[in-house]
Amino acid sequence: MTSTNPVLRQQVKRVYKELLYMGREYPQGYDFFKTRLHKAFISQQHLSDEEEIKKRLQRADFVRKEIEALYYLKKYRSMRHRYDAF
Amino acid sequence: MSGLRILVPVKRVIDYAVKPRVNRTQTAVETSSVKHSMNPFDELSIEEAVRLRERKIPVESITAISAGPPKAQDILRTAMAMGADKGIHVAVDEQDALEPLGVAKLLAKVVQGEKSNLVILGKQSIDDDAGQTGQMLAGLLGWAQATQASKVSVEGDSVTVVREVDGGVETLRAALPMVVTTDLRLNEPRYASLPNIMKAKKKPLEKKKLADYGLELGARLKTVRVTEPPPRKGGVKVDDVDGMIGKLKELGAL
Repeated sequence: MTSTNPVLRQQVKRVYKELLYMGREYPQGYDFFKTRLHKAFISQQHLSDEEEIKKRLQRADFVRKEIEALYYLKKYRSMRHRYDAF
Repeated sequence: MSGLRILVPVKRVIDYAVKPRVNRTQTAVETSSVKHSMNPFDELSIEEAVRLRERKIPVESITAISAGPPKAQDILRTAMAMGADKGIHVAVDEQDALEPLGVAKLLAKVVQGEKSNLVILGKQSIDDDAGQTGQMLAGLLGWAQATQASKVSVEGDSVTVVREVDGGVETLRAALPMVVTTDLRLNEPRYASLPNIMKAKKKPLEKKKLADYGLELGARLKTVRVTEPPPRKGGVKVDDVDGMIGKLKELGAL
């Protein structure tokens, strides 16, 4: 598997690290997040087609944005619940 | 106009998702080995400062400041990752944390030092919930203030703030310099991502002490006792309508 594009390889590692970092605040705990994230990445290990990898990278980015939105909403909702009269 | 020099004070508080526990001596809330993060209302103020810059309004600098234990520097890093240009950390021990008036006095000095002309604060912190600092700061500086802002727009020297009040909104317009405090619906704070946190480590962080500002702030308030709220009492089941009416009369609701 060493034949893969080193640029893509680096991108995959970067998004993995970023997601791991975000996982520290995951509501169900870091361990829950970490095992699932690892499983998701390792299950795509066999990919060698560059186009296919790029598609998965986009998906990873989508997931990253989804988690950001989840954190924001969770915080906003609990703040509204605590500080707004209704 | 030479551009906005924005000062954003941030506070390190117990994370909003953590349930605070009162310590055994009933003097304070347990803070050791509890997750801390930036006060959510301060995230809103950082975000607003950054958005002002992104709206092509001439923003010369965005300075984040925090007074607290060394770990407050992590919060300043987060602020810089979100877009502040530099941070100032004023070292204050955890046991003699500043009161709102003390913070306001400190900020007034910092405003002079940094030549800020706009201070954006969170309306309150989620730990003390005093909601006083912004107002006191405006009073000390003699500046205009707009609290609980839900929309801020800057045109030249005048700032228009829409604020949420009971039963509607109020629009205020004032000239710079000015103090603004943020409400929950002002904006959606961005996430401080890992690459941005890394970049923020290169941004300047000044370390100061209270003595550097010529301040000697003792405690003016005394905490008598801290207790948990009483647990909610369970309701009662009534057998029929008459029973319910009887109960309501008993409680004085009818």
